[in-house]
Amino acid sequence: MRYAMAVDTKKCVGCSDCVVACQTENNVPIGYCRDWVVEVTDGTYPQLELELRSERCNHCENAPCVRCCPTGASFISEGGIVKVKENKCIGCGACITSCPYDARFVHPRGYVDKCTFCDHRVKEGLNPACVAVCPTKCMYFGDLDDPNSDVSKVLKMRKSKTLIPEAGTIPHLYFLI
Amino acid sequence: MREEIIVSGRSNPLIDPHLEIWEWQIPSYLFLGGLAAGILFFAGLYTIMKKEKEYKTAVAVAPLITPFLLALGLFFLFLDLKHKLYFWQLYTTIKLESPMSWGAWVLMIITPLSILWGAMHLKTVFPRWDWKYPLIEEILDFFGKYKMQMAWLMTIMSVILGIYTGILLSAFNARPLWNTSILGPLFLTSGLSTGAAAIILMSKSHAERLTFAKIDLMLIAIEIFLIVHMFMGFRASTQVQIEASKLFLGGEFTTIFWVFVMGFGLVLPAILEVFELQKIKVPHQIAPVLVLAGGLVFRFIMVHAGQISRWLY
Repeated sequence: MRYAMAVDTKKCVGCSDCVVACQTENNVPIGYCRDWVVEVTDGTYPQLELELRSERCNHCENAPCVRCCPTGASFISEGGIVKVKENKCIGCGACITSCPYDARFVHPRGYVDKCTFCDHRVKEGLNPACVAVCPTKCMYFGDLDDPNSDVSKVLKMRKSKTLIPEAGTIPHLYFLI
Repeated sequence: MREEIIVSGRSNPLIDPHLEIWEWQIPSYLFLGGLAAGILFFAGLYTIMKKEKEYKTAVAVAPLITPFLLALGLFFLFLDLKHKLYFWQLYTTIKLESPMSWGAWVLMIITPLSILWGAMHLKTVFPRWDWKYPLIEEILDFFGKYKMQMAWLMTIMSVILGIYTGILLSAFNARPLWNTSILGPLFLTSGLSTGAAAIILMSKSHAERLTFAKIDLMLIAIEIFLIVHMFMGFRASTQVQIEASKLFLGGEFTTIFWVFVMGFGLVLPAILEVFELQKIKVPHQIAPVLVLAGGLVFRFIMVHAGQISRWLY
């Protein structure tokens, strides 16, 4: 089982609903966030191109954060979801430094926090909160090993990219282009 | 032109607008760890070479401060932790792919070793020292029989400690400025150089000072070579590392690096040490103080600049 997410950059309008849904679902402390929206403008006026991306942890297969964690608090759980065991984390910051996507942050309680792909919802057969709430339905979630999952189907049909694949992290967050 | 902005108002402290998770604690520790490694290396080396008499400062006097250097460094590391009460989790795991994990274990070995070494040499430095408890005398006598083995262990462990301070940073693929295998040898050389400088500062013997001035001169030459080599590597590498090197070649760290690290921290003390070897009178404290200050500034700059450097997407 390999969970993955695909975000359609052609459908995303950058409303930040995914960010608020995540904050509410996961009780993320005020001012912090586990996902965020990036707006990329390319070119010179009048030839401009716009790309909107809802970003979060890439749940890398070759996760540098898991590799560098000195206590084993960062680990890859079932389905390839990268998680943090709060009571093993010492808050050394190594994983935050090691993440090329800057996807982790220090929770005000001291441990490191990040996106969990809402695994508590996924276990019950639901989609992560960000995916479920998206008003343009621009996000797809599912198991890459299952050819009939939403994410497998859309990745087969559409062209996609991952962020900084040259970092060798094998990310599981795809962007449809 | 390409402009990238986060439009959802992300403001995770310590990460936005750019990463600042490691502040003064980590570079201070890297400096203290490197300095202690340098001192212990020479103490071990000259014991193995059976030159304890000629190099009394290196073998007996300077190591006395290493337990304090390491304890202070460990305290700084503790201050850096954001989830402090769980620090003991470091010692429930051995994770070989995490340099921080094996660094923690190396410290666990070398810190008691430095305390033991200091205790064994206390009477050499202070002849009237009295331990008061016979048990301590017995323990020290017992370890005294294995002094040579301890010297070997200490020399090897100090090299690992010195090189680990660099490997810790170079293992981060996400920070292009650190992601070069030169960093391990570079930090080791710098650590040995600061160790030699500390010995010169403490030594009362002119002959010993001259030997360490020669050693330090050689280490500074190696360090300059490694720094130049590091930038050559960056310039010849991918765009991310070219951008990282620009922080030092025209960017915000250019002046502080080339003036305070390269100029006052390496070139100037090297010139002063050449003067000393040529028997030109210069106060012998200036060069080692400059080397120590340069080593400290170097670590601060590397840790801060490294956290600014990142992949571009």
